[in-house]
Amino acid sequence: MSGAVDVRRARDGRALVVELGVHAVVLVAVAFALYPVLWVLALALSPGDAPAPRVLPLPDSPSLVHFAAVLGVDGEAGSGWLFGRQLLNSVVVSGATALVAVALATPAAYALARFDFVGARAGERVLLATQMFPGVAASIPLFLILDAMGLLDTRTGLVLVYATTAVPFAIFQLRGAFSAIPRDLEEAAMVDGATRLGAFLRVVLPVARPALAVTSLFAFMTAWNEFVLAATFLSREETFTLPVVLQRYVGEYDARWGRFAAGATLVSLPVMALFYALQRNLVRGLSAGGVKG
Amino acid sequence: MSAGGARSAVTSRARRVAVSRRRSRVPTWPCVVAALALLAALVAPVAVNAQDARRTVRVWHAYDEAEARALREVVRAFERSPEGRAFHVEALHVAFGAYAAKLESAIPTGEGPDLFIDAHERIVSYVARGLVQPLAGLGVRELVDFDTAHLDALRVDRALYGLPLALKCGALYVNEALLPADPATLEDLESLRARLPRDAYPLVFEAESAYWDAGLLHAYGGRLLDAEGNYAFTGPAAARTLAHLRRLVDTGVVPAEASGDLVKKLFTSGRAAAVIGGPWLAPDLPPTLRWHVAPLPRVRAAGGAPLVPYVTIEAALLAARAQENEGARAFARFLAGPEGAAIRARVARQIVASRTAAMSPETAGDPFLSAFRRAAEAGIPLPSHPHMRVTFEPAQRAIRNYLRGGRSADDALAEGARRFADLLRPLPPARSPAPLVLAVSLVLLVAVAFAVRRARDPDFRVAVRRSLPAYAWVAHAVAAVGLLVVAPLVVGAGTSLFAGAPGSLHYVGLANYVDVLTARGGALLGTGSFWLVLLVTVLWTAVNIALHLVLGVGLALLLDRPTLRLRGLYRVLLVLPWAVPSYVTALAWKGMFHRQFGAVNAVITACGGEPISWFARWSTAFAANVATNVWLGFPFMMVVTLGALAAIPQDLYEAAEVDGATLAQRFRLVTWPLLAPSLGPAIAMGAVWTFNMFNVVFLVSGGEPDGGTEILVSEAYRWAFTRSQQLGYAAAYAVLIFGVLALGTRALGRFTSQGEAR
Repeated sequence: MSGAVDVRRARDGRALVVELGVHAVVLVAVAFALYPVLWVLALALSPGDAPAPRVLPLPDSPSLVHFAAVLGVDGEAGSGWLFGRQLLNSVVVSGATALVAVALATPAAYALARFDFVGARAGERVLLATQMFPGVAASIPLFLILDAMGLLDTRTGLVLVYATTAVPFAIFQLRGAFSAIPRDLEEAAMVDGATRLGAFLRVVLPVARPALAVTSLFAFMTAWNEFVLAATFLSREETFTLPVVLQRYVGEYDARWGRFAAGATLVSLPVMALFYALQRNLVRGLSAGGVKG
Repeated sequence: MSAGGARSAVTSRARRVAVSRRRSRVPTWPCVVAALALLAALVAPVAVNAQDARRTVRVWHAYDEAEARALREVVRAFERSPEGRAFHVEALHVAFGAYAAKLESAIPTGEGPDLFIDAHERIVSYVARGLVQPLAGLGVRELVDFDTAHLDALRVDRALYGLPLALKCGALYVNEALLPADPATLEDLESLRARLPRDAYPLVFEAESAYWDAGLLHAYGGRLLDAEGNYAFTGPAAARTLAHLRRLVDTGVVPAEASGDLVKKLFTSGRAAAVIGGPWLAPDLPPTLRWHVAPLPRVRAAGGAPLVPYVTIEAALLAARAQENEGARAFARFLAGPEGAAIRARVARQIVASRTAAMSPETAGDPFLSAFRRAAEAGIPLPSHPHMRVTFEPAQRAIRNYLRGGRSADDALAEGARRFADLLRPLPPARSPAPLVLAVSLVLLVAVAFAVRRARDPDFRVAVRRSLPAYAWVAHAVAAVGLLVVAPLVVGAGTSLFAGAPGSLHYVGLANYVDVLTARGGALLGTGSFWLVLLVTVLWTAVNIALHLVLGVGLALLLDRPTLRLRGLYRVLLVLPWAVPSYVTALAWKGMFHRQFGAVNAVITACGGEPISWFARWSTAFAANVATNVWLGFPFMMVVTLGALAAIPQDLYEAAEVDGATLAQRFRLVTWPLLAPSLGPAIAMGAVWTFNMFNVVFLVSGGEPDGGTEILVSEAYRWAFTRSQQLGYAAAYAVLIFGVLALGTRALGRFTSQGEAR
């Protein structure tokens, strides 16, 4: 009797050790993941810009000086309202990118998943090919095209460029998601008299919502963090998006790390919040795309 | 259908419609965004300044802090003055690194500024590229205010292209607390080392920059470029300069790897007895610091010759295609003239070129301004030969290789000369496009014939007719992607058949490709050769993907245990690297790998080790890049694996457990076979992204040491934007990158499909 309990206690003991070990490993990974982020935060909160070699990313005397400077509330003439304007630019551009990219990609992904039409495979190969070309080659022709359309230095032009570059990847993700949805759903709706479009809008889309959320998040993030094209196409300060503003703080001769870090923190917060809100959908959405590729 | 069946069909349909109607309520997210967009559209016109009555003059500059403030004040004074009342000046700050590139791309299309502020040595290349126009309509009365030497520096073929604003050169800032008397010689500063605490330096300047080292080079009688435009950073003078620099760094007199930013920070925090810097340092020095400007010391080892710095003349240049010529000229005159100069001298402490302002009592009596003016008079102007711009990269490489990499002086200098010759390699000669036109027409002909034959095939026609409804679904995506993604890429790829600077491209056929693939006539595996960079890129991709997999899959397996508490929290925290913008963290990691002030070396020294100079050796620089990229990329792999693991049914595990399988066997026989297919696409995507990961390599190691850690994308970028703008060559690189990736993914696809079949 006691032997069985002993065995069980030993097994429990071992399970506990294993559990603790797993926690330890995960904690090390979390520390690795958080360290640079905490450094950026510490830089943002330490007044002055003097770098100091330290192990722990703790600010000596935390202050909000850099945040105030970045947000423009420290009295420097005219800049306060500018940051708000630039934040709005980023929000509008990224949100519009997500909308437009998903709007363009969804019907095309559905068509690729459900129909077998002439040119489908060639189209897919072209889409894949566009992912492999480095962006260096495209920036100057894009500049000329936008100029010809008169959309240079506007948010519209930027949204168009971002959205269309996000479309190929979005099509792949959504196609995987749509393939995972059984055909019977729409077919049942169509048997009941709905058109293909109606079935798509009312039956398929709601079921594919996690995948749509993930795809919009990806498109949003790509636009939110992109700065090379934004720096090339935008010339007026009022049209700048946040990454361009951040880049200005790190000059060759005068890097204001404190302000850069404060700006970077502000720029990362919305994405982190979105991530947190959508994290369950993130896992599900990525897996649906991953399974079918 | 029976009545009951019909009723149940109706109720089920009603239920389904009710369900779908509930589900298809208007979604909130697009509404929120649309509302925001509407708000922005409404705010925009209100926010636009009602300055339509006045004519706008666009001025570009790279000023920061005090100089930008001075410019703003000059603008305000100008707009109030009688000459400027009709104009409104819009000043735009452009980051220093992107300044030239932006001018190049904006001016030819008429989107550029009317006036821009830049250094005098760039004028010759700007004239060659048609980016500036002569400043006409200035009489002797206006020009008499300036030194003829300064005006001559702004002339090309006797046409004047701008007005001199200020002189920039280096002088010695002395911290009176640490250094009571002005040092007469460099050796005096060197002897100060023993008397200072360990974290302070006798002298701080950018010892790895060719521009700042030129002062010492000139003292030893050397030059970077000779009068005919030949590379002159070789020979005994250069070798002695390098040796002296090495001694300064090794004995701790000068800090290693100092950037301009570090120079400023060390002086501001009182940890430097003397720094060599420009007038732009002054406005940001704290009032608690007691300092003054002294003349640059002499070098006893060079026979008592003084350090002779380069002098740059900053000028306001009139851009080509300026839309508001009159306003630009009026503002240039005001900015450079006595009134503007007085403001700039007062607010930004600039060493102004206007003689009236320079001789005014406040300026002449100011010890700072007069000390710098004396230093400028003792310096030599930066040569404006077009080759001058090209000297800096090879010279800097030579200095860095010697100081950081431990190569011998002769080796490093010879490599620098080779690099210079390579950068000035003549472009491939223009060829007739006839063969290309012929080839393209042939291909078109074949394609048309093929298409016609397909169209005649009745099966094909049926297939197309059946596909028509699908085309309605893909039409707009095709149009958008075709115009804004495919077309630019095709045009970009087409540029690879041309060579030359933008604005004067000529057709060269496949010459660019031949150049790339033959490593520009150098050794096939020499530095900068395509094949070496390809090797490094493949290694980079393989190592990264392997580590991403190990870390991502491993963590996912750990997190997938149902018994793990705080699982949700861990998951969110581990996904954090993905949420922060990659260029932010790349720069953060770069800071962490700094030799003296980085956190990584702090951890190493805390554990009792020696601090590592991360970017001095290839292995450590590569490791730094890999660490950053793994940090950035493992969340993606982890999340994909978590999703795939969730799809594996529990019964399989239970069946395996019943059959007595161990943990390892369970993984090998159940988990991995079901996991691998889902990971395939993720690995493929990850590999493509890593192959083209520009941010990390460019920002963290910057290609150090000596371009060894460059990958194909970053090398292509350098050819396009930093090395004499060889767009055609860079485009050829891009096409080759695409080719390699296409072949690689095709091979990977075949490999994974074989695995799946198995």
